[in-house]
Amino acid sequence: MSDLLQFLFSGLTRGSIYGLVGIGFALIYRSSHVINFAQGEFVMIGGMVTVFLLAAGVPLPVAALGAILAAALIGVVAQVAIISRMRRPSTLSIIIVTVGISMFLRGAAEALLGRQFFSMKGFSGDDALVLLGAKVSPQSIWIFVSLVVTTAAISLFFRRTILGKGIQATSSNRLAAHLVGIDVPAVLAICFALSAALGALAGLLTTPITLTQYDVGITLGMKGFCAAILGGLANPFGAILGGLILGFAEALAGGYVSSAYQDAVAFILIIAMLLVRPNGLFSAPTVDRV
Amino acid sequence: MSSLRNLLTVVLALAALCFAQPASAQEPIKVGAFLSVTGGASFLGDPQAKTLRLYIDKMNASGGVLGRKLQLVLYDSQGDARQAVTFVRRLIEDDKVDFIIGGSTTGETMAVAPMVEQAGIPFFSMAGASVVVEPVKKWIFKTAGSDRMAVARIYSDMQKRGAKNIGLIAGSGGFDQSCRLEAKNLASKFGITLAADETYAPTDTDVTPQLTRINSAKVDAILSCGFGAPTVITVRNYKQLAMKTPFYFTHGVGSQQFVDGAAGAADGVRVTVSAVLVANELSADDAQRNVVQSYAKEYQAAYNEKPAAFGGFAYDALQITVEAVKRAGSTDKQKVRDEIEKTKNFVGLNGIFDITAADHMGLKPDAFRLTEISGGEWKLLK
Amino acid sequence: MFRLKREFISLTAFAAFLIVLPLLMPNAYFLDVATKTIINAIVCVGLNLLLGYAGQISLGHAAFFALGGYATAVLGSRLSVPAPLAMLAGAVLVGVISYVIGRALLHLRGHYLAMATLGFGAIVSIILNRELAITGGPDGMPVGPFQIAGYSLPSALGGYVLAAVGLFIAVKLATSLINTRAGRALRAINDSEIAAATLGIEVAAFKVKVFVISAIFASIAGSIFAHADRFITPVEANFLRSVEFVAMVVIGGLGSVVGAIVGAIIFTLLPQMFAHFEEFRHVLTGALLICIMAFMPSGVVPTLASLWVRWTEPAAREKGSVHGAA
Repeated sequence: MSDLLQFLFSGLTRGSIYGLVGIGFALIYRSSHVINFAQGEFVMIGGMVTVFLLAAGVPLPVAALGAILAAALIGVVAQVAIISRMRRPSTLSIIIVTVGISMFLRGAAEALLGRQFFSMKGFSGDDALVLLGAKVSPQSIWIFVSLVVTTAAISLFFRRTILGKGIQATSSNRLAAHLVGIDVPAVLAICFALSAALGALAGLLTTPITLTQYDVGITLGMKGFCAAILGGLANPFGAILGGLILGFAEALAGGYVSSAYQDAVAFILIIAMLLVRPNGLFSAPTVDRV
Repeated sequence: MSSLRNLLTVVLALAALCFAQPASAQEPIKVGAFLSVTGGASFLGDPQAKTLRLYIDKMNASGGVLGRKLQLVLYDSQGDARQAVTFVRRLIEDDKVDFIIGGSTTGETMAVAPMVEQAGIPFFSMAGASVVVEPVKKWIFKTAGSDRMAVARIYSDMQKRGAKNIGLIAGSGGFDQSCRLEAKNLASKFGITLAADETYAPTDTDVTPQLTRINSAKVDAILSCGFGAPTVITVRNYKQLAMKTPFYFTHGVGSQQFVDGAAGAADGVRVTVSAVLVANELSADDAQRNVVQSYAKEYQAAYNEKPAAFGGFAYDALQITVEAVKRAGSTDKQKVRDEIEKTKNFVGLNGIFDITAADHMGLKPDAFRLTEISGGEWKLLK
Repeated sequence: MFRLKREFISLTAFAAFLIVLPLLMPNAYFLDVATKTIINAIVCVGLNLLLGYAGQISLGHAAFFALGGYATAVLGSRLSVPAPLAMLAGAVLVGVISYVIGRALLHLRGHYLAMATLGFGAIVSIILNRELAITGGPDGMPVGPFQIAGYSLPSALGGYVLAAVGLFIAVKLATSLINTRAGRALRAINDSEIAAATLGIEVAAFKVKVFVISAIFASIAGSIFAHADRFITPVEANFLRSVEFVAMVVIGGLGSVVGAIVGAIIFTLLPQMFAHFEEFRHVLTGALLICIMAFMPSGVVPTLASLWVRWTEPAAREKGSVHGAA
């Protein structure tokens, strides 16, 4: 029984991490129908910048804010200076540009910050909490709470703010959005900033557990991408739920079946989902334009 | 049309520039290297590249070898056998190097082995698996202590503490799996049963399920085969679960980052490391003391970071080969190879080397030191 | 008639180029790079059919490549099946798998194939890494030379010949597919699926066919690679390598056979040219990708071709029939 509880806590930790990383993928896909291969690098930037600011003596809240702003700025620059300036871009050419951006950011982090991994203390220390006989790291609680708060904030943002509605409108029909007076390029730039900031938030929250390194964007990014796919790719809430489902499935498979193929769980789930509910576990079917 | 031709000329010239080697008046001795400087095995290749650069510069500053300068031609093979094959062809055929140091991983080493044997060029590998030198290949040597030696050292300590059933937790990469295989093969020799055999992927952010399973198997000790960030996650999760089972790691964690990253969670953990990590702990009569302490000092001074054990593989390979070149009095490949094979009582960073025709590694089984981490420091166990 | 003749001349010139190329290579290293370029080109010519003509993205072609390679390695070297038969077995296996995936998903619109191939590719990669007894695990396994009736060419040249023959056949098959009714249908699909369907084109069936063909091309390329390098590791199935294949095709130019080959050349030569800029290699590669896509979003070959047309025939400015560049 206590084993099961331990596995569930592990699933919650993993799932919250995947979900947080996955939101950014979903947000960009929703606004511009692009798979952003650089999303993982924003997660890396969030962790790395926080670690380096902390080492320079900056207090944690300021360091965290600095990392988020740095990532958002890079996101905006990438969108405004590169992506929005492409002439007649196709989905594929934008995808390749994001691959280029991800290589560039990873390479820059490698050259400037080094190749070793860095760690960071948990926000509330590293002593495990004991809940009903199972042990959980306080940082896991931080991550889970942040996930809930982020979900609520995004939900409010989309429903209650003009900007959020603008993103929704741009997502469903760019031309119509433009015609009703929405500044589409600005909305797209804000989307990139937002998802970069969310990626950085994920990175700095998870670093005390996963550690960080110049190439962590590949490994964590892949898990976040899987979470987003499970949630239907265009749905930020789907990404969060997809992440949690993935986390629990992995932990239970690793705990009760076999740890050798634990990392295959994500991909088996993806294929199963495509066969049963190809639009994602939580998406309503959409209609494509001709 | 002519502007097109101009463009073509510029492109070709640029290409030639990129491929060209810097020319030199005096014929230097060319040291070829292919290392996993980036990619999943960068924890191996990065300190190795730094070590080669540092010591080749030092040798050149003190007049070079046989009155000739050393020239390093280094390629980053990214832990990828496909790139290793191309770069070794480049080193042999195009750069025409005099000897090769490289192959941070076993896969890269084994992929280039037939080519090196065919070309007939001295090659020092830094891969861990015994398969590199067993069976003996004429031109291939290695400096990295085998995983088998590390596992045997750990098993004998477990035996001393009366451990019978043990749990194994290993990463899924080549470095980890090579260690895991040796752990499975050697167990019965030490009267040890593997009661649990768990794996984690490099993408795993939490290994508490694996550790919980090992805990439920009621083992007397745990062995971890791995390296890098996942080993830090493992040891933190071990502390999180408040486990008390004796915990062992192999030299994959042999760097200061492991202790720092663990933030106290690694206290009491035992690790097999090379002497480099315990430079200041070595007793005054230890044969390796001087060489290890000066390497640690010089590396720290040059790169402002504590040396990792893996740089030592490159140091020993370079020193042994340079000694062989000096004894041979030339860079004739056959002569250098023969001299490498005659290396006796060479005091290196990884241990004392006695290379013979039958043993192309030449390290004694006690080359690895067993340490216990205490208060964030590596403490040598006697 | 004119078209057929032009195609014949291009193919003959291409064959002559492939025959002369090894004679121009100063040493075995350059031959090795040429061989790897050609092997990548085989994958790209196939993948280009899928990306450029069927408008579908695959993020798992490295897995098909690796399956072909491992079929050759495991069947050929470990079980002593004759090399051509092992290669064929890999191709059949990959063909069946891709048919099943394609049948299940290609009637849907959107990025479903991308997701499914991503998942499939990752699973292949994990299996190759874990099943040590069969595949040698992460450290890989050695492969024998390509032998027919006990006879084989010397190692470096043998790999080149095999790759060159493979690429020639791939280009021949791809151009004839493009120039058939099916090929024109494929281009229609890329433009508008519903429009193509109303013209009586069985969209899903074509997409499946193209997906299977491109997967088999990758599998054959993988088998050739295993023989050329005489070694194979699970890195070949890596997700990043799948992305690299897609990048090659897009950079070279979608919908153009020449573009696919040029993309393969650029991507295979770049790591060699940047090899001495170790610190900044990744930054440089990333920046180059961004620049090419920012300035030539339709890829290197179509952009240059349309510039060429504009330059030589000012009258044909707006027409610029780039798609013919095959």
